[in-house]
Amino acid sequence: MFEYWPALPLFAGAALAGLLRGKERALIMLAAPLLGAYGLYQAAPGTTVTIELFDYTLTPVRVDDLSLLFGYLFHLAAFIGVLFALHIKDRLQDIAALAYAGSAVGAVFAGDLMTLFVYWELLAVTSAALVFARRSERALASGMRYLIMQVGSGVLLLAGALVYASATGSLEFDRIGLDAPGGWLIFLAFGIKSAFPFLHGWLIDAYPESTPTGTVFLSAFTTKVAIYALARGFPGTELLVYIGALMTCFPIFYAVIENDLRRVLAYSLINQLGFMVVGIGIGTDLALNGAVAHAFNDVIFKGLLMMSMGAVLHVTGEIRGSELGGLYKKMPKTAILCMVGAASISAFPLFSGFVSKSMVVSAAVSEGYSFIWLALLFASAGVFHHAGIKIPFFAFFAHDSRFVATAHEPPSNMLIAMTIAAALCIGIGTFPGFLYSLLPYETGYSPYDFTHVLAQLQLLAFSALAFTWLKLAGIYPPELKSLNLDVEWLYRRLIPDAVHIALGKLAPIDRELRRRGGTVIDRALRGLERHHGAYSGLGGTWPTGSMVLWVAALLGISLVFYYF
Amino acid sequence: MNSDGDGKRYLFDNPRNVRLVVRGLSAICVLLVGIELVVHRHLAHEWESLFGFYALYGFVACVLLVLLAAEMRKLVMRDEDYYERAPENAGTGAPRAVEPDATGDEDV
Repeated sequence: MFEYWPALPLFAGAALAGLLRGKERALIMLAAPLLGAYGLYQAAPGTTVTIELFDYTLTPVRVDDLSLLFGYLFHLAAFIGVLFALHIKDRLQDIAALAYAGSAVGAVFAGDLMTLFVYWELLAVTSAALVFARRSERALASGMRYLIMQVGSGVLLLAGALVYASATGSLEFDRIGLDAPGGWLIFLAFGIKSAFPFLHGWLIDAYPESTPTGTVFLSAFTTKVAIYALARGFPGTELLVYIGALMTCFPIFYAVIENDLRRVLAYSLINQLGFMVVGIGIGTDLALNGAVAHAFNDVIFKGLLMMSMGAVLHVTGEIRGSELGGLYKKMPKTAILCMVGAASISAFPLFSGFVSKSMVVSAAVSEGYSFIWLALLFASAGVFHHAGIKIPFFAFFAHDSRFVATAHEPPSNMLIAMTIAAALCIGIGTFPGFLYSLLPYETGYSPYDFTHVLAQLQLLAFSALAFTWLKLAGIYPPELKSLNLDVEWLYRRLIPDAVHIALGKLAPIDRELRRRGGTVIDRALRGLERHHGAYSGLGGTWPTGSMVLWVAALLGISLVFYYF
Repeated sequence: MNSDGDGKRYLFDNPRNVRLVVRGLSAICVLLVGIELVVHRHLAHEWESLFGFYALYGFVACVLLVLLAAEMRKLVMRDEDYYERAPENAGTGAPRAVEPDATGDEDV
């Protein structure tokens, strides 16, 4: 059964990282993703590995175009992430990072729901370790909340899979649809991991609490596995169009007022996932291609942005926009690399976001979703606003912060990792043919037509103009040391407080009940004491003399009877 | 002595360069809308036929986004330690005001 296992090199790398140290460990960490990618290159689409378990056929490995695309992507992301984290001497993070990447690879090659479930939970545990690795009290609490949500998603998936399997007799993971038995459970499980609105709290809560390098891994895998799973199980589900549109729009409001720049990126991650979810919901060849291509590009440009902010956090120890600024003076390379990522996420022509996002937007227009199209345009303008301008502006420009005097460029491994990501952003954006050849469908789509480029440039230029005007006019909301309430408020404040208050209200009743109960028990004890205690009539010990007396009395009485 | 500590003057320490960026951006905007007058665009949606549709939409969308987000602050913004505080005094904390030099306004 082990003739081919795509995730093996990454898991083996994780195991070896636990044993080795120093240079050897670094070497293994870098080699594992390369080896894994080479393995994929050797694997032919259509390969499946099956095993029989009880009455069910499990497919631990299924290789096809869709899984290969994500497989390559995850190896690439793992390689860049490992390179970025190479200066860190933290065994926990090294093991967790590679095992996390391995779980993601395993999940996209899983051909049945049980195998998917196993990797789904492995993703949860290994990624939570990356949050815990920050080793702060906040990260610990946040990581626990994160783990509960992730494991909860796994439980839903398992429940859905069991219902599905018992009704259909098959565990095969292919198109499921909402009408299938257990379909909603599986949909919800995927929805938690793809950060559907109101289920997204874990993402913005935990990702910014991880280490500077850990967040780079986190932003790459979990949500993209979920996007893959949605594209596989629920393509063309119309509900996803509306969910996705909501996902593109609501986070940008939060992103504008959020102070923690990595949390801004977490919000913009949800915004980008929204585009993919819309694409999956539309479900045409072009839309699905757009969704998975955008997932591919997002891993790289969001990784680049997370890396640039990780570099800032690494150098200054600070990530709040209100405290940063002016760093372009000492970190010019990081600033430029960050702006490449910003241009890519904003979908500037010649940058990677443009060649994938435009497929989803075009599909929305051609399928007659006019208002969804407007929402996507709004979100495109908004993402440029908060991720494209706000991130580089408040970190590297704006006012000079106190860090300018001491800041410096990050270690060279960080710079190289960012440079590779930036080169890919520009490479894919300029020559999209390579990425397009990896996509699952043949559509003959070309993003570079004059009307489209002009439209996108107008949209972006006037968004930038709006930012400039608002900033010069003093209308733009300043960065404030603050946090913003989001859905996590429900379980971090409302429910704990409700429990707290309810307990407060119950306390007097509880006290009264205890008092009464105590009185009853007291009385019962006293009664028992009276009747059965050491000096009571029934339980007391009697002197031997009294027995002799009573025997004498009995004998006397019997003697009296004897005479009559 | 400026805050970067090495006495060097960097690109945007000179207000002239900042003005140059703003003017450059304005010029690009005018140019991009101007092109619409001279070239033929093939349209996928009827709303696109409106002159300067994308320019207008991008500008209005961003201004609305920022104004609404600023209003949203009144509703959702709390102190940084909001979640760490005991429930009794968590409801009242208005965010601390920032020092005027921390807004970043004066550099643009």
